[in-house]
Amino acid sequence: MPDPTLITVMAGASLLGVVSGALGCFAVLKRQSLLGDALAHAALPGVCLAYLLGGGIGVDPKHPLLLLGGALGTAWVGTLVLQSVTRTTRIRQDAALGVVLSVFFGAGIVLLTLLQHGSAGASQAGLDKFLFGQAASLVPRDVLLMAVLGAILLLALAVFFRPFQLIVFDPVYAGSQGIPVRRLEVLLTTLIVVAVVVGLQTVGVVLMAAMVVTPAAAARQWTDRLLTMLVLAAVIGALAGASGTWVSSLARRVPTGPLIVLSATALLGGSLLLAPRRGLAWAAVRRLRNRRRVRVENLLKDLWRLGERDGRYAAPRAVSDVLAVRAAPRIAVDHARGAGLVHVAGPLVQLTGTGLERAARVVRNHRIWELYLTRRLDIAADHVHRDAEDMEHALDDEVIEAIDAALGRPKVDPHGQPIPRGVPA
Amino acid sequence: MSDTWVILLTGAAAAVACALPGTFLVLRRMSLLGDAISHAVLPGIVIAFLLTNSVSSLPVVLGAGTVGLFTVFLIETLRRTRRIKEDASIAVVFPALFALGVLLIAQYAEHKDLDQDCILYGEIAFAPLDTIEIGGWEVAQPLLTLGIVACLNLLFVVVLHKELELATFDAALAATLGISPVVVHYLLMGVVSLTTVASFDSVGAILVVAFLIVPAAAAHLLTDRLPVMLALAALIGVSCSTAGYFLARALDASIAGSMATAMGGAFLLVWLFAPREGIFGRLIRRRRTRASFAQALILSRLDRAPAAMDDVAADLAWPRRRVREVVDTLQRNGLIARNGPLLLPTRAGLAFVQAVVS
Repeated sequence: MPDPTLITVMAGASLLGVVSGALGCFAVLKRQSLLGDALAHAALPGVCLAYLLGGGIGVDPKHPLLLLGGALGTAWVGTLVLQSVTRTTRIRQDAALGVVLSVFFGAGIVLLTLLQHGSAGASQAGLDKFLFGQAASLVPRDVLLMAVLGAILLLALAVFFRPFQLIVFDPVYAGSQGIPVRRLEVLLTTLIVVAVVVGLQTVGVVLMAAMVVTPAAAARQWTDRLLTMLVLAAVIGALAGASGTWVSSLARRVPTGPLIVLSATALLGGSLLLAPRRGLAWAAVRRLRNRRRVRVENLLKDLWRLGERDGRYAAPRAVSDVLAVRAAPRIAVDHARGAGLVHVAGPLVQLTGTGLERAARVVRNHRIWELYLTRRLDIAADHVHRDAEDMEHALDDEVIEAIDAALGRPKVDPHGQPIPRGVPA
Repeated sequence: MSDTWVILLTGAAAAVACALPGTFLVLRRMSLLGDAISHAVLPGIVIAFLLTNSVSSLPVVLGAGTVGLFTVFLIETLRRTRRIKEDASIAVVFPALFALGVLLIAQYAEHKDLDQDCILYGEIAFAPLDTIEIGGWEVAQPLLTLGIVACLNLLFVVVLHKELELATFDAALAATLGISPVVVHYLLMGVVSLTTVASFDSVGAILVVAFLIVPAAAAHLLTDRLPVMLALAALIGVSCSTAGYFLARALDASIAGSMATAMGGAFLLVWLFAPREGIFGRLIRRRRTRASFAQALILSRLDRAPAAMDDVAADLAWPRRRVREVVDTLQRNGLIARNGPLLLPTRAGLAFVQAVVS
C-alpha cells in the first residue's frame, strides 16, 4: 500500500501539470512563453501582503484561499503594468517582462524578509515554500482547492475554446468577425494567472515558467491540431508531475519541484527526438537515407555510362574504376549490393537486372531534365548539368513521363547522348 | 573602510557592471536572455563552489560564466531546429538548468554557505566579511571581483563601442563592414554571463535581472543617444542601489530586494515624468496638439468667411461651449478680432493657420 502522503502530493502535482500544460499551449502559441514566468514572480509580493493583511484583520493568515487571492492580486497588477508599459512607451515586451519580473520579485523579497525579521517569522508561516515550492507540504485541503480551481479553469477553456483558438491564430480575422478580442485576451491571461498561482506552492516561483511552457512545447511536436495539443500537453504535464514526485520520493534530500521540471524537460527531449514527422531523430534518419540513396544511384549511373562506351551495360567492371569516376566512397558499393542492385565478385562489380532498370531510370531523368531546361526554359546547354545532378534523384516517374510527352519523346539530350527508355537487351 | 561603505561600493559596482551590458540587452530586445543566463548559471556556480569553496573569486566567476554561454548556445540550437520558437526555447532551457542547480544544492546541503535563499536574493550584507589579503590590505572579495568586472565591462563598451553600436542598430551593415554580428552577440552574452555570476553572491540570481534591465529600461525612456543611455543607466543603477541600502536599513529587510524595489520606483518615476516618453509628457503634448488643431480649425473656417460663434459651432458640429473656449483663447492671443457678432482672423491668425497647415 503506497504512502497516502505520496498519493496526495502526486495528485496535486499531476493536477498542476494538467492545468498548466493545457493553458500553457496558448502562451506558447502566442509566443508569450515568458509571461507565466513574469506572473509567477509578480505573485510573490501578493502572497506576503495577504499574509500581513490576514494577520491584521484576524483571519487565519495561512489560509490557502487568502494567499491565493493575494497572489492573484499582484500578478494581475503585474499584467496591467506589463501591458501599459508596452503600450505607452517605446519599451518592448522583453524588457517590460524583465522589469515587472525583477521589481515585483524584489518587492516580494523585501516583504518576506520584513515578515521574517518581524514578530511572526515567515519561515514559520511557511511563505518560503512559494520560492522553491514544497510539494511535500501539500495536504488534502490544498489538493482539493487545486482540483476545484483546475476544474473551473478547464471548464472556462472548454466554453471559450473556439474564440480562444481564433484569437491565438488570427486575431485580426477574429476582430473582423465581431469577436471581442481584447476582452478575450484579458480572460485568457487571467486563466493563465490563476494556473500559475495554483502551481506556486508545488514548484515555486522560479520553476513555474517550465510548467507552463515545457509540456506545451513537447505536445506541439506530436500534432498540428490545437485540441490534440491541449490534451497532450495536459497528459504530459500530469506525467511530469506524477513521475517527478515519485522519483523524488525514492531518495532523501531530493526536492520535488526541480524533479518535476526535469522530468517535463526529459519528456520534451524525448518528444523533440522521437515525435513522428517532426522528430529530430527521424529527420536525421531521413537525411542519412537520402544521402545513401543518392550515392547508390550515382554508382548505378556511373556503371551505366561505362556501359554506354562499349554497349555492354551489364558487364563486370573494376570497382576501383567505377569509384574513381566521382571519387565515391567504397561504402556505396556495399549499399548497392545490399539493395540487390549490383553483384560484387572480388574486385569486380556489375549491374543486376533491377540495377539496370534503376540505372536507366536515373540516366533518363537526368537527360530529360537537361533537355527540358534547355528547350523550355532557354537555359544554355552547358549550364544544366549541375541542376540535373540533383533533380535526377528527386523526380518521380509521373512527372518525368509528363515532361517526356510534352517534349515529344526526344531521342537525345542537349549533349547528343541517347535517352534510355527501358533496359537494353 | 567601514562595513557600510563596503556594501555601498559593492552595490554600486554591481549596478555599473550590470547596467552597461544591460543597456545592450534592452536595445537588442534580448532582456530575457539576460534573465535566462542569470538563472542558468546556477549549476555552474554550485559546481565551482564545491570545487573551490568560494563563490566570489575571479577564477570561479570565469568558470561558471562559461555555463551562461553554453545556455545561450543551447537556446540558439533549440531555436534553430525550428521545432521550438525562441521565447519557448528560453523558457524551457533556463528552468531546467536552474532545477539542476537546486538539486545539486540539496545534495550538498551540508555546505551552509550555499543555501537556497542566497540563490534568490544573495547576501550583500556579508560582503565585508568575505575578505582576502592583498599586499597587506584586507579587501572584501565580492567588492574586488565586482569592481574588476565593472572595469572590464566599461573597457568592453568603450573599446568595442563602434562594433556594439553597429551590430545592435544595423546588423546587415555591420556584417558588410566585416563585423560579425554572431561574434558580437556571443561576446555580449559572455559579458552578461560573467557579470551575473560575479553579482550572484551579492544580489542573487533573480534580482540581478533588476540590475541588468530596470536602469537600462528607464534610461531608454530618457534619451535617444547610446553613450548618454549607458551613462544614465549606470547612474540610475548606482543611485538606486544606494537608496535601496538605506531603505533596507530603515525597514530591516533584504538589501538586494530593497535595491531592486528602489529601481522599480525609479522606473516608475521616469515612466511618469520623462519629458518625451513619460505618461505626463505625452498627455501634455497631446493636449497641446489638440488645442492648436482646434484653433487652426476655427481660424480656417473664419478665413473662408467671417461668422458668428453660433455658425462656427454649427459648421463644426461642436458644442457651443467648446467653441467659446477656443475663441476666447484665440482672442486673448490676438489671433481673432470681433466685428459686432462676427469673428474674423487677424493677420497673425492667418499666419498661424499657414504654419499649422504646412
